[in-house]
Amino acid sequence: MIEFRDVTKRFDDGTTAVNGLDLVVEAGTITVFVGPSGCGKTTSLRMVNRMVDPTSGTVLVDGRDVLGVDPPALRRGIGYVIQQAGLFPHRTVLDNVATVPLLTGWTRRKARQRAAELLELVGLPAELGRRYPVQLSGGQQQRVGVARALAADPPVLLMDEPFSAVDPVVREGLQDELLRLQAELDKTIVFVTHDIDEAIRIGDKVAVMRTGGVLAQYAPPAELLTRPADDFVAGFVGKDRGYRSLSFVDSAGVEVARAPTVAEGAERGSSSDWRLVVDADDRPRGWVAPDSTVVPGGSLYEVGASLRGALDAALSSPSGLGVAVDADGRVAGVVTARQVLDVIESRRG
Amino acid sequence: MGDIGKYLGDAGTRAALLDMLLDHVYLSLVPLAVSVVLAIVLGLLCHRFRRVNATLIGLSNVVYTVPSLALFAIIPAVIGTQVLDPLNVIIALTVYTTALLVRPVAEALAAVPAHVTAAATAMGFRPLRRFLTVELPLSVPVLAAGVRVGSVSNISLVSVGALIGTGGLGTLFTDGFRQRYLAPIIVGIVLTLVLALVVDLLLVLLRDRLTPWTRAGERL
Repeated sequence: MIEFRDVTKRFDDGTTAVNGLDLVVEAGTITVFVGPSGCGKTTSLRMVNRMVDPTSGTVLVDGRDVLGVDPPALRRGIGYVIQQAGLFPHRTVLDNVATVPLLTGWTRRKARQRAAELLELVGLPAELGRRYPVQLSGGQQQRVGVARALAADPPVLLMDEPFSAVDPVVREGLQDELLRLQAELDKTIVFVTHDIDEAIRIGDKVAVMRTGGVLAQYAPPAELLTRPADDFVAGFVGKDRGYRSLSFVDSAGVEVARAPTVAEGAERGSSSDWRLVVDADDRPRGWVAPDSTVVPGGSLYEVGASLRGALDAALSSPSGLGVAVDADGRVAGVVTARQVLDVIESRRG
Repeated sequence: MGDIGKYLGDAGTRAALLDMLLDHVYLSLVPLAVSVVLAIVLGLLCHRFRRVNATLIGLSNVVYTVPSLALFAIIPAVIGTQVLDPLNVIIALTVYTTALLVRPVAEALAAVPAHVTAAATAMGFRPLRRFLTVELPLSVPVLAAGVRVGSVSNISLVSVGALIGTGGLGTLFTDGFRQRYLAPIIVGIVLTLVLALVVDLLLVLLRDRLTPWTRAGERL
């Protein structure tokens, strides 16, 4: 657990980076600090491992005031992932990952063995270990950065805009990877980003900070979207927040109807209704329109997934019928947008 | 050419040449080694303290403008050595080479990416260890370039020391000119050149040994 108690940081030039921050990061959760530049999110993060010391107030890690701990010793027990990965260009990937174990006195052999395990954990092939960072893609470098931060198995992980320098597709993959790792490792993670979508995607709780280092709202992502504390948060959370908040509501109440199907390659016949084309394994392949032309289908959602997925499936389907699939991708049924909206309405009442 | 053959045919001459060559190596490379260490320490001070930086860089520029022969002559007066003491040459060349190397070392340290040093600090490196194992190794390519210039410059400057009688291959030039005998002069030029090339080659090998990562991109 990490605790900020009335923490203020003023720099020598008179700017206040963080102003009276009171906040508790629960053990085993991902807490995201998000806000525009100059809101003090990185400064707050750096006060946890004493890269910055507060002007006043107290930062506690597991109940212990960090100011009472020798900084290098403190830092070896806290993983840190930095923007652009910050890998050491002159060390191989394996030795980069082995850094903290070596600092804490492990033998080289044991540290490298541990590093190899971590490369596997973050989904990198073992042969990358012999390469230098310059030979890796941006996404691979970030994975190495995460592996290096985890090497000594610290209970706390600080991540400072770790995925902001990679392209959106790679970023999404890295976010999924982080969530997968977290489910396995159960670390206490503080994650800094300026990207509200990233914050909402990965945070158990999100701290929205405003310029001048003031905490505007500290809440789970769903609450941030549905009940922003003020205009600043509402504006920062952005457009479509009503629609996006459906991501946090499951679609259990939405009854799927049997889909009118036609087997792929079979005689289509004629019909006045839209019919779903399915392959031999019952997977959706597209729709047959009433005029017998075949058109591609819309997005699919898995039964029980969020209402956002169900609504999008219905809205994006050429027939107006959203296709629900089971875990194996087989057609489970169809839903209309009306059904989804009814569920939303009934939950409100 | 016959002259040179006759000159080198004498065993005593060859032994004397070897002595001069070894003297030359000693007089040029000891200052090089000492100044690398000094430049690293001073470069670190420049890097950490802005005011030291301005002062030292300015001072090193001034030092480099002092003529070498004048420096060889001044040093005994300053530190009280004998005029013919080889230490004068060693100290003078150390001063020169250090002045030459301070700026590139400071610049190389400044060029280490901020996110790399920040990551090292966040990982729990203490300042000295961070300097020795992260910042300094990353400065080697720039430092090596400076050291190569320094080695060539030292090897040529040691010859000047012969004018005040401190030994080395320069003695071949002073002797040759005094006796109006061309052979030792040519032998001296060739040996100086070969020495400079061999030392440079060794430095390149050493640099490559220390920086395998700089060529990693090429092997992709």
